Amino acid sequence: MGVYRVGIDVGGTHTDAVLLDEKNTVIAETKSPTTEDVATGIYHAMHKIISDANVPRDQIHYAMLGTTHCTNAIVERKRLNHIAVVRIGAPATLAVKPLIGVPEDLREALGKHVYLVRGGHEFDGREITALDTHYLFQIAREVKGKVDSIAITSVFSPVSQDHEHRASEIFREVLGDEVAISLSSEIGSVGLLERENATILNAAVVNVAKTAAEGFIQALENEGIKARVFFGQNDGTLMSVDYAVKYPIFTVACGPTNSLRGASYLSQLSDAIVVDVGGTTSDAGVLVNSFPRESSLAVEIGGARTNFRMPDLISIGLGGGTIVRIRDNGEFTIGPDSVGYRLPEKGLIFGGDTLTTTDVAVALGKVELGDPEKVAHLDKKVMQQVYGRMVEMVEEAIDKMKTSAAPVPVILVGGGSVLLPDSLKGASRVIRPEHSGVANAIGSAIAQVSGQIEKIYVLDEIGREQALESAKSQAKQEAIKAGADPGSLVIVDIEDVPLAYLPGNATRIRVKAAGELGRMPVASI
Amino acid sequence: MRKIGIQEIEDIAVGAALLGTGGGGDPYIGKLMAIQAIEEYGEVTLLDAEEVPDDALVVPSSMMGAPTVMLEKAPSGEEAFVAFQKLETYLGDKIYATFPIEVGGVNSMLPFALAAKLGLPVVDADGMGRAFPELQMVTFYLDGIAATPAVLADEKGNTVVLSTIDNVWTERIARAATVQMGGSAMTAMYAMKGRNLKESGVRNILKLEETIGKTIRKAKENNANPIREVVKSVKGFPLFSGKVKDINRKTESGFARGTATFEGMHENKGETLTLRFQNEHLLARTEERLLCMTPDLIAVLDAETGLPITTEGIRYGARCVVIGIPCHPKWRTEKGLATVGPKYFGYDVDYVPVEELAKEGVRS
Repeated sequence: MGVYRVGIDVGGTHTDAVLLDEKNTVIAETKSPTTEDVATGIYHAMHKIISDANVPRDQIHYAMLGTTHCTNAIVERKRLNHIAVVRIGAPATLAVKPLIGVPEDLREALGKHVYLVRGGHEFDGREITALDTHYLFQIAREVKGKVDSIAITSVFSPVSQDHEHRASEIFREVLGDEVAISLSSEIGSVGLLERENATILNAAVVNVAKTAAEGFIQALENEGIKARVFFGQNDGTLMSVDYAVKYPIFTVACGPTNSLRGASYLSQLSDAIVVDVGGTTSDAGVLVNSFPRESSLAVEIGGARTNFRMPDLISIGLGGGTIVRIRDNGEFTIGPDSVGYRLPEKGLIFGGDTLTTTDVAVALGKVELGDPEKVAHLDKKVMQQVYGRMVEMVEEAIDKMKTSAAPVPVILVGGGSVLLPDSLKGASRVIRPEHSGVANAIGSAIAQVSGQIEKIYVLDEIGREQALESAKSQAKQEAIKAGADPGSLVIVDIEDVPLAYLPGNATRIRVKAAGELGRMPVASI
Repeated sequence: MRKIGIQEIEDIAVGAALLGTGGGGDPYIGKLMAIQAIEEYGEVTLLDAEEVPDDALVVPSSMMGAPTVMLEKAPSGEEAFVAFQKLETYLGDKIYATFPIEVGGVNSMLPFALAAKLGLPVVDADGMGRAFPELQMVTFYLDGIAATPAVLADEKGNTVVLSTIDNVWTERIARAATVQMGGSAMTAMYAMKGRNLKESGVRNILKLEETIGKTIRKAKENNANPIREVVKSVKGFPLFSGKVKDINRKTESGFARGTATFEGMHENKGETLTLRFQNEHLLARTEERLLCMTPDLIAVLDAETGLPITTEGIRYGARCVVIGIPCHPKWRTEKGLATVGPKYFGYDVDYVPVEELAKEGVRS
């Protein structure tokens, strides 16, 4: 009996889907347009691969979704929850109120119910002041019926979560289980405004995530598939639906991560630079040990500063639909605007009226597509210059991502990668893996499952080494419980925060382990 | 005299990050405090030092402690206000204006937040012309101005009034109190008269920061290379173009110490730059040449945007231009070098001004 898995990646322009067998061989793949409601696009893509593949539906055991639902909702400021923002820390922090640094329109959408409550902790875990529970009850009664999601951030909650937990209990008591509650200590690390922004954004996309999850599960049911459903996370590992609906913010960067992971899998390379050429932009990222190199800088989501760990990417305004403008004197500009997903109607080779990078490549005979006659009139010399500049733009991006001058392998993926040549400056070789057009969906399908634990250890009693060992082995157990193959487990993240306020050199240790999804269906283990 | 609004604050913050030479704490949170205060109370008046009467009492407003604590436990805005009130009562005099103790990093912004709230003017002068980590490292100290009487205040309402025998004791006692207050506190110290500030302060330094910020902003708008313009506006020297090859950091006795290595590009191809830092960038050299050292300023700029990069922000593969800027002449005196020269920070080199190093390409 086979064990198949479905991988879906919802991008801004395309929804990609793949079906893999137990050896991760691609059985079927498709690209279909992303629809306004997203779910229809997912349904179409999934229906197509399942009909094409013709495998027994009861042998499809896993379904993974990588989606930009939440990212888009934040960027477009649409479909967001009605939220209340609660910060615990007053009188500290009043000089920088919640949402102060974020763009006006986002502040307007999310800042309707903002409360500053007395409480919070010092860096060493002492209370700044006692938690004002009376005010919390008052807030809970005030927002009842007006909000459906609450973001709670307490000062130094990564050191002590007491006040966030107490506040959460109060809101539950008054508002019941219907209201979603996001706690900052479960979302980010030290850095109040960044963690608070991330928590606010998380609270704002809970409904979007719920709709996406339900849509995906519904689409599977319509196809008669009873698979275990996972969501892709920023770090390239999977999370369960329950978890995704609670922490949807962890999905916002899964697109680039899946693309890098998919490129790594398809090319069988663990260290390389990956260039993903889409319709509007190209993203260059770096694979280190098969995972994306992470950015060390503050990451903005929809204009709000957060402190997530995200793949380190350079994005340049060069894609298959990028508009090329040529003046009478032969000077030209490339982008940054693009016809995007309307390339099939706008591009010259398709009978449209706009000169795009794709037309340039076709005019020079680099790509066979559309009707070459429609670009035959273009000045070859100018086209050569434009093409030369396009290649240079990519080469510069590659060079910026490198850590040394030595040439490295470059993997090209994405629909627009056909535009690029087979040799690039700074690349030891250029690899175009098979199925590279759906690398994201493959990255989603092959993603690993993870398990995480968080515990306080008294180092004076057991020592740091032993504490870490114990935490690691428990995290691995969690990952195995989630379906990971024990033989493939690795520790992907360790964080320890010393808790100076507790005796005996206490430290809070958080460990995350990840591994390949077991070859066997979970139910039969 | 002129008004400082939100755009000016944005520009000054960029200049503050540049003159912060990698340290000084991220101006970001200070910038937001200043913006919130200006949104709430209106624009701030900026005075030239000449416009301050000789006998007027002027006091800098600054934070003390760990910038990372401040990033989590931001101030309430009352601390600085209470510290000023306490100091006025102690001295029996009204404070005429405030100013930054250092223009590098977060402390450049805090006087604006307080000034907006109190309706006080800010004077365009500071005690460093850059950022340094210890509180005796100010030009006022070189001229014998005492740090105390000084006030520390926290958000809980606690205040400590310090009167110490010298600035080293101020540092020692204030540090200990700051830890008890939760790791960061607002201070009012180095109270002085207008005449002291004119004689001992580094003047027109906020204006320079604003120019830096504006230059970088305009260059971006016009798609021009900002670095040449920035170097010109700070009367500095481009030292090295390169790509970050290695970054080695550790936290030691409260300092973020470390070394960044840059592989040369363009005119520096084949060379390697080593940059040593302890919160701030302190020494830049290649295998062959010394390029710049404390107290002269060493700033690392993004080669494309011209934006300054802090030591935490230096990352593998980043293309940078390292520039050197001559420090204020007071730092080049014997006492100045004893306070903040390379030897004070544990580097066994003799100080040579950056303009001489740039001219001669001194071999070592």
